[in-house]
Amino acid sequence: MNWQAIRAIYVFEMSRFFRTLLQSFVSPVISTSLYFVVFGAAIGSRIDQVEGVSYGAFIVPGLIMLSVMTQAISNASFGIYFPKFIGTIYELLSAPINFLEIVLGYVGAAATKALFIGLVILGTSALFVDLSIQHPLAMLAFLVLTCLSFALFGFIIGIWAGNFEQLQLIPLLVVTPLVFLGGSFYSISMLPPVWQTISFFNPVVYLVSGFRWSFFGVADVPIGLSLLAIAGFTLLCLAIIWWIFKTGWRIRQ
Amino acid sequence: MPMVEISNVRKAYASGFEALKGASLDIHEGEILALLGPNGAGKTTLISTICGITQPTSGTITVGGHDVVTDYRGARSLVGLVPQEINLEPFERVINTVRFSRGLFGKPKDDALLERILRQLSLWDKRDNRIMELSGGMKRRVLIAKALAHEPRVLFLDEPTAGVDVELRRDMWEIVAGLKEAGVTIILTTHYIEEAEAIADRIAVINKGEILLVEEKSALMTRLGQKELRIELHDPVDALPEALADRGLRIEEDGQVLVYSYDTAQDRTGIATLIREVSEAGLVLRDLQTRQNSLEDIFVGLVSKQEDAA
Repeated sequence: MNWQAIRAIYVFEMSRFFRTLLQSFVSPVISTSLYFVVFGAAIGSRIDQVEGVSYGAFIVPGLIMLSVMTQAISNASFGIYFPKFIGTIYELLSAPINFLEIVLGYVGAAATKALFIGLVILGTSALFVDLSIQHPLAMLAFLVLTCLSFALFGFIIGIWAGNFEQLQLIPLLVVTPLVFLGGSFYSISMLPPVWQTISFFNPVVYLVSGFRWSFFGVADVPIGLSLLAIAGFTLLCLAIIWWIFKTGWRIRQ
Repeated sequence: MPMVEISNVRKAYASGFEALKGASLDIHEGEILALLGPNGAGKTTLISTICGITQPTSGTITVGGHDVVTDYRGARSLVGLVPQEINLEPFERVINTVRFSRGLFGKPKDDALLERILRQLSLWDKRDNRIMELSGGMKRRVLIAKALAHEPRVLFLDEPTAGVDVELRRDMWEIVAGLKEAGVTIILTTHYIEEAEAIADRIAVINKGEILLVEEKSALMTRLGQKELRIELHDPVDALPEALADRGLRIEEDGQVLVYSYDTAQDRTGIATLIREVSEAGLVLRDLQTRQNSLEDIFVGLVSKQEDAA
């Protein structure tokens, strides 16, 4: 294992993050505050409670998930797409490193950034609502796993993308709708039966539900199923990345 | 054992284009090899295949005894590459990109070494500058610094002096000479023949994916080198005198100069006889010059011969 290389990639990627620290920090704080004003104060005041939790608190796990998923994807996809775009990928390809080391470096950095933003949002939320976290360890585990698996997914998008439009395409057309329809702002049980059935085909439902369980002890789906879903998603992404590097798809001619 | 051993390497791209057609070449430790060829000859593809940027379709390559496919870690850790294109992250600082390169090749942090490299390349004062603030020549120096940062035993320079100013070219040659002294094996591609002539120990000529020739530079020049004798006359002539008609002379500069081509490798060059015959024909000599054919003439000769054969 070339640990030096993993470290080099990780440090290099994180330095990009620190260069834009203010931006990285301010934008999630502002957008979270806006969500609380709209959903928490304006609409939430007309909704009593969802499954025994005040609406303002109820949306916190979903809000965090929404940001963490999109941030993990965009950081990881940009991280690997940019070297392809400007040509510096030659150095990665000619270095004595294997696919696992490249992935650990890039995905590790992207996941770290997403985790940081997730924690910032959690902190901001605590300013607006009373938060109690029933299973803090499970909460952290879910958060870290989500950061990692979506960073892996983003990495795949970054390798697949042939231009900047394609880089935005999947997050915009697939991820955002899935997260919004994944019970981030409501409980699945509030939907008509047909839509409840459809929702269970949405992988994000399992993540949001599991994450919410770690906060309030209530969930739409059993916690074991949530863990299985995220583990399966992670493995699927890893398998795709393994195949990409084995065949050199879109990177090595 | 050769430092780099390329045997029968073919590279066909998905489009069907065959960039390398069974290229074989041994590169010795510590030498400077110039890989000479016109645009599209397969120079960059060959280098990319050795460095791991592309995979060979068939054939084998070893670097320091390590196969570039099955033992890529062993092979790649010996190799530094300075690409033809200026591929650098515009927002990054010079020192960070150089540090990154060293780490990527698994080498522990060594700021003293990086300082030495940056000073040698006149980049030390610019170490905290962003890449985008540098001139084109400076960016090229950064690429070299990145390649040297992990102390390679074999350095590939892909068209290092294409489009650079005279000063940088001279610096580059000096750096190459210094690296050779330190025992680094250097392979440079170029289509500037003067460059190969000036710094290479051996020259390989590649065209259309085939290595046409590999030879010591000096041997190459004597083996294929034709010489020309230029006889400057006191009074110009309109036509060759009868006695000299079958000597294959060429009249140049309005009859002022007679040119005689001969092969230095032959037993008898025929110069002495020719000069006697010239005076016997009543022509008065003013000056004599001989001129060695340049690599360029050899190169053009080889490539056009291949094209005739095709």
